[in-house]
Amino acid sequence: MEPASKLDHNHRLSLKEFPYIIRWRDDRCKRCGTCTAVCPVKAIEPTVKVRRQVHSEGPLPAPATVRQVVQVVEQVIDMERYCTGCGACTLVCPNEAIEPEFNPNNKFLHYKNKGGDGYKRGGRRNDPSVSTLDRLKFTRISMLTDPALDAGRHEFRIRTLLGRILPPEEIPLKVINNKLSIDKESGKFIPPVREIYPIMIGSMSVGALSPPMWEGLAMGVAYLNEVEGMPVVMCSGEGGMPPRLLRSRYLKYFIIQIASGYFGWDEIIHAIPHMTEDPAAIEIKYGQGAKPGDGGLLMAQKVLKLIAKIRGVPQFVDLASPPTHQTKYSIEEAVAKMIQSMSMAWGFRVPVYPKISGTKTARAVLNNLARNPYAAALSIDGEDGGTGAAYNVSMDKMGHPIASNLRECYLDLVKQGKQNELPLIAAGGVGKKGNLAANAAALIMLGASAVSIGKYIMQSTADCFGDENNRCNLCNTGKCPRGITTQDPKLYRRLDADKVAERVVEVFKAADVELKKIFAPMGRSTELPIGMSDGLSIDDKAMADRLEISYAC
Amino acid sequence: MCRLAAITSDKYFSPMENILALETMKEGHDGSGLGLTLKDLGGEFEKLKKYPTLSGICSKDGKKTLERLMKQHGFRLKNAWTPKLRQVKGVTPRGYYFAHVYDYPVAYKDKPLKEKEELLMNTRLMLRRTGESDGSIFAFSFYPDVITLKEVGDPLELGEFFGLDRDNLKARIVFAQGRQNTNYAIYLYACHPFFIQGYCSMTNGENTAFVPIREFLTGRGFCGYTGYNSDSEVFTHILHYTARQLGFPLHYYKDVITPLKLSEMDNRQDREALRLVKQSLRPLCIDGPNMVIGFTPDGTCFMVQDSKKLRPGVVGGVKGKYALMSEECGVDSAIPKRDRSKDIFPMKYDMVIIQPRAEEAKVWNQLQN
Repeated sequence: MEPASKLDHNHRLSLKEFPYIIRWRDDRCKRCGTCTAVCPVKAIEPTVKVRRQVHSEGPLPAPATVRQVVQVVEQVIDMERYCTGCGACTLVCPNEAIEPEFNPNNKFLHYKNKGGDGYKRGGRRNDPSVSTLDRLKFTRISMLTDPALDAGRHEFRIRTLLGRILPPEEIPLKVINNKLSIDKESGKFIPPVREIYPIMIGSMSVGALSPPMWEGLAMGVAYLNEVEGMPVVMCSGEGGMPPRLLRSRYLKYFIIQIASGYFGWDEIIHAIPHMTEDPAAIEIKYGQGAKPGDGGLLMAQKVLKLIAKIRGVPQFVDLASPPTHQTKYSIEEAVAKMIQSMSMAWGFRVPVYPKISGTKTARAVLNNLARNPYAAALSIDGEDGGTGAAYNVSMDKMGHPIASNLRECYLDLVKQGKQNELPLIAAGGVGKKGNLAANAAALIMLGASAVSIGKYIMQSTADCFGDENNRCNLCNTGKCPRGITTQDPKLYRRLDADKVAERVVEVFKAADVELKKIFAPMGRSTELPIGMSDGLSIDDKAMADRLEISYAC
Repeated sequence: MCRLAAITSDKYFSPMENILALETMKEGHDGSGLGLTLKDLGGEFEKLKKYPTLSGICSKDGKKTLERLMKQHGFRLKNAWTPKLRQVKGVTPRGYYFAHVYDYPVAYKDKPLKEKEELLMNTRLMLRRTGESDGSIFAFSFYPDVITLKEVGDPLELGEFFGLDRDNLKARIVFAQGRQNTNYAIYLYACHPFFIQGYCSMTNGENTAFVPIREFLTGRGFCGYTGYNSDSEVFTHILHYTARQLGFPLHYYKDVITPLKLSEMDNRQDREALRLVKQSLRPLCIDGPNMVIGFTPDGTCFMVQDSKKLRPGVVGGVKGKYALMSEECGVDSAIPKRDRSKDIFPMKYDMVIIQPRAEEAKVWNQLQN
């Protein structure tokens, strides 16, 4: 005899528990099967059902029941094959017969822990609320007391500096014939400094990204530099760089990242003697905003031949970077040594800076770096940053918002008079709601020298499906339906590297126009308005007090 | 908008010349105040050039406090000048306007000038702190051979109020500015010209980069970088910082406030140094709209524009007397007999520099060596 629980389906979940519910229209579907074939998680499947249908034929009603076998598309009631809401099915459907619908009452997280392991995913923090960055307004408008500038007519210099900048008192200068010159006999170390565009593409590795995605970004960056004259730089992420690129003249547009797994560094170190250009900078990753305190992970299925070669590992093995650098003992000792070693590798010609996740302890790190004359910057990645793979709990609940973290660090530097010496790079949630230029400008006015973007560029250049309602977020599985974060040729051939590059150029050119549209009415054009906090307001008194800006309502 | 009138000459002249020049530019200012700074003094001050002069305003109680404090700090009064006030409609006298000449405290008599300058500035700041909360003491400048007068009202009426048309008060360099700080609250400490340790400037226009500049200056650990009741005060402090603290030749002031683009530096012999200076002094870059007129301790006067040149400014004159003004009509008023075709309208890369005694006006161009 069947147990009662099985007979009444008590062991099964209902669709209401699922984050996305498929709305399938029987009358529109022509049963082509494309949607079920394209679904990256097999959340829908074709199936057959027996239906009792009432038919009536002839001039007078004569209803009769007929039992028919019909083909339907059905959502699978299995949490391991939950619909991610990516909408790939909708895209391929010729008749608009299918669409996932977000279910705000879902109980997904109650069940997504099978086998005793927490839910892992890629993407960003699932918080669709309006972020602090999007609440910041630019309220100091030049008008009559000082004429507003013309974004289309005046010359704008939207540039920033990456690298340790000497305090004016320490520049080794001498005056000869009423002219300043550098006193080369002083022996004073003059740190390398790059003039770059203040929006950078953040660290996303070859491996995490598919070949066309990474190539597309890289081509776009090279075009921006060489054709558009915009010195945009891009960080490699952990995992090395294509060997030919390392030896090419384009290397100067890239920041090479070293992280706790040191993946790719064997290849990089061997390429140093053959490099024709220095990289833009070296980023030492100590933390990531999306998953503070967590290491990196490239899953075995993404470690194909090219990736294995670049990273110097066998194919098809999980590549885990530890949560912390194994050589790290204390910030004074290990971080300083790491910065020194990296600087030394390129003859002290390349800025070297650490990246940390947003944290209450950021100021402690900052103050340590402020005392280290070789530290070139500090990059702080806030909780709204993205990742290719992490535990959901890390992404949703760990980390610090970037706005107040960045602001307190900047104000700390102001107190020491060092705000121009150690550039702060802010990341994590820039462009979360699409307001790239506005978010970047707000962070700059709070004190950032530059901002770094990741998710925004993936969405705007390669149409990443992800959003803050946990849509898609399959980056960790290697099954990215857009071909962005996969090493599966069947998936990544969907993505055209040239189109990605074109979009990169469009995105940066548009952001440049928008930045001018923000800075012009505020009367700023010749120098980036870093720390121009009198230009900002927010509609929340507590936030205004915390950020030391004005409250406006 | 402010209107500025500066005159530098090899002969002593009355500050009324500046006030009359301001009057011709009246359409451009609201007549809400007057700031006057006189350097290289004549008249009764000619023989007292090496002694520091404290300029300010006191209430009755403030005067007693002032006398007590100055005595306490060892300053001995040598000469007390007060303007011969005349009642003028619309101007409310505040009490005691003064320019006191003191002898240094005995311990400082033989100290180098730099130490004396620190003492004078600290004393001025001390007086400001003492009298600011109740308005009993305003101390504008304390330096040898310099007098500052400031008051709210129409410049011409204030000239009359101070009796400058009848007084023998004369100087070789006079800066006048015809407006209170109407962008913010009207306050005497917000009225330019601003002065610190021999460096003085006045500015036309609002400073959109004020906050980052102020934060950079206050972070220099120099106690004189304070006040900032006006966004224009930072221009004086940038001048002081680059020329006195960093020891840069004067024309680098232009390179600091309006740095060249990297590509524009290539023609300059000092490009390597310039690159580092640009980086290290990045927060001091102004964004306009501003025109700045200033003088340095040796009496060199200059005029510069922001890099978009959004404020008027003209320099004209004859050998021995030059006027640096907001408008041509001001120059006409001060020096009518001159070759107007030789008037200089400094463009975005220019810095007009006039050496003491106003021999000639030279234009230094940022793009040239």
